[in-house]
Amino acid sequence: MSRTDVDTGVAERPEAPKAPARRPSRPRPPLSREIVETRILGVLKWIMIAFFLVATLFPFYYMLMLSVRAIEDLALDPGALWPPRGISFGAFGDVLRSVDDGGQGFLTFLRNSAGIALASVVLTLLVSILGSYAIARLQFFGRRQVNFLFLSVYLFPAILLAIPLFVFFTRVGLRGSLFGLVLVYASQIVPVTIHMLRNYFETVPESLEEAAAMDGAGRLTIIRKVSLPLAMPAIMATSLFVFMIAWNEFLFALLFLLEKRQNWTVSLGLSQLAGSIEVSKTTLMAGSVILTVPIIILFFATERLLVEGLTAGAEKG
Amino acid sequence: MREGPVVGAEEGPDEGARGVGAGTSGKAGGRDGGGKRPGGRRPRGTLAQQEARAGIGLLSPTLIVVLVMVVLPILWTIVIAFQELRLRNLRTRLFDFQFTLHNFETVLTAPGFLEALKVTLIYSILGTFLSIGLGLVAALVVRKPFKGRTFVRASMLLPYIAPVVAVTFVWQIMLNPELGIVNAIGADLLGWQDRIPFLEQRTGTISIFGFDLGVPLALIVVILYQAWRYFPFSFLFILARLQALPTELDEAARVDGATPLQRFWRITLPQLQGVIALLTVLRFIWTFNEFDDIFLLTQGGAGTEVVSVRVYRYLTGRGDIGAAAALSLVLALLLVVLLLVYFKFFVGRVEEADAV
Repeated sequence: MSRTDVDTGVAERPEAPKAPARRPSRPRPPLSREIVETRILGVLKWIMIAFFLVATLFPFYYMLMLSVRAIEDLALDPGALWPPRGISFGAFGDVLRSVDDGGQGFLTFLRNSAGIALASVVLTLLVSILGSYAIARLQFFGRRQVNFLFLSVYLFPAILLAIPLFVFFTRVGLRGSLFGLVLVYASQIVPVTIHMLRNYFETVPESLEEAAAMDGAGRLTIIRKVSLPLAMPAIMATSLFVFMIAWNEFLFALLFLLEKRQNWTVSLGLSQLAGSIEVSKTTLMAGSVILTVPIIILFFATERLLVEGLTAGAEKG
Repeated sequence: MREGPVVGAEEGPDEGARGVGAGTSGKAGGRDGGGKRPGGRRPRGTLAQQEARAGIGLLSPTLIVVLVMVVLPILWTIVIAFQELRLRNLRTRLFDFQFTLHNFETVLTAPGFLEALKVTLIYSILGTFLSIGLGLVAALVVRKPFKGRTFVRASMLLPYIAPVVAVTFVWQIMLNPELGIVNAIGADLLGWQDRIPFLEQRTGTISIFGFDLGVPLALIVVILYQAWRYFPFSFLFILARLQALPTELDEAARVDGATPLQRFWRITLPQLQGVIALLTVLRFIWTFNEFDDIFLLTQGGAGTEVVSVRVYRYLTGRGDIGAAAALSLVLALLLVVLLLVYFKFFVGRVEEADAV
């Protein structure tokens, strides 16, 4: 149903032939409102595209540029758009080196972040594949209510949820543990991933599953052998989505991990860097680059998949 | 992290799916009909029961996770809000069920509460409005194919997918009075006399026609940041909707001599009403509850303290868990009230307009 391709026109499609009004061979028609508007909007469109490109790309370029500049250099010439006196990767070394070697220990943080994100992906998928399949396929009491319950959860601010979880984790001694954080992430994301996957499962033709059932396959075998392979694109998109959310998350990491430095994520480590005075802005930007680059690579590699997965169902408004 | 795809979007498609994929419901109907025949009843009834059992079984991990980690905590917050619970008496007072309204009294009468409420409202309303407006413009300009469109579209999503800690720091440094590029450009090219501490200054003055106007500078900056970071979300959904629009109406209007602007206002925009109304609700909810961005940009200083940052301060700064819970409940209740008002007054009108 809703899997219509978002990107209906591919960028490389040749331009449609110019409107006759523009051809010099024809007599020029009087300047109608139509033509004036079309021309002005045509120019405005490119101005806006340029504006959006600068607004969205420049901060990332600036981040990258500052991370390879020397700090004295920045103070002398803060307006430079290009590192005037060459580039150096010293800041990256500072950030990545372990604390014992006088660095900030971001390698450990990278490992923590990757571990948390991957574990969140696995746990979320395990739970939500089963759940979304049930909601999409099986008739049972309370199906609609369950869906509604999940969505209404999103009305509440994250900080409201954080309070009891903070209290609970403090009491049972899970505060500071990576496992506790993974559990929190998974439970927060599951309502969304259920929604994404359910949309997809509903598009998988049921006759295939019925055929498998005729051949005597059990419910779990059907899910594993028939529905899952067919839903692979949606599952990939969902995994990426979960990975990004878990990698980027800040509030829960701050509340739960702050007192245990060896368990910090990159986001938390970076936010704590900013507080100390002896850390230079270039080091801060090197940390930001380290935090951002994995996400950007992942995003550009899978952009189409992700966009389709996210907006599935939105076309119908 | 609680932002996600348009979750409520499926109301329409949902019904459609059920109609189109009627395999399940159709079968169920047949089953019930068949069930009346003697002899055929038992095995078929069992099948339906089996399906129901399988459904609950497959859903149970989800239910457990969501109940234990989301629903219970929400209920527990309500309990905590009526308890005198602090970080230091957590061991002894956690199960002390002597309920009191003291927490609510504390947070509602604390200095700065009304100010924070006002800031939250301004921030959410303007932030929602701007991010959807920018998203609409962005979707319109990349609507038709052109060379490099895929790249432009992907770039426009960057602010939204990039880690919040990294992008807030870039903004901080760009706006830094001594080292930032904005002030450098302002001084070099625009002839600014003084460096402007965008994120640290509560009130800035701008001179218009000789009048000095005081503006809430830091608040404006965080709202602009909000628009920048979240317009991609609206962009994505408006674009998806735009590309699914039937072209016949637009063509017909063109033949009838409607100009591009007229076609936009009369043909395209009305068809986007649904998705824009939905985005308004979602963006408002998320902006209203927003914590990360403001906390990282200004720590809630310089007149940008929103309610959720205050909750965090109660929780960690003062260790007053009860007050934090009470204030977060106030925030959630307020949001519910605002949404009810919105649905009552605006959505009703949109539907009437649609019907006409």
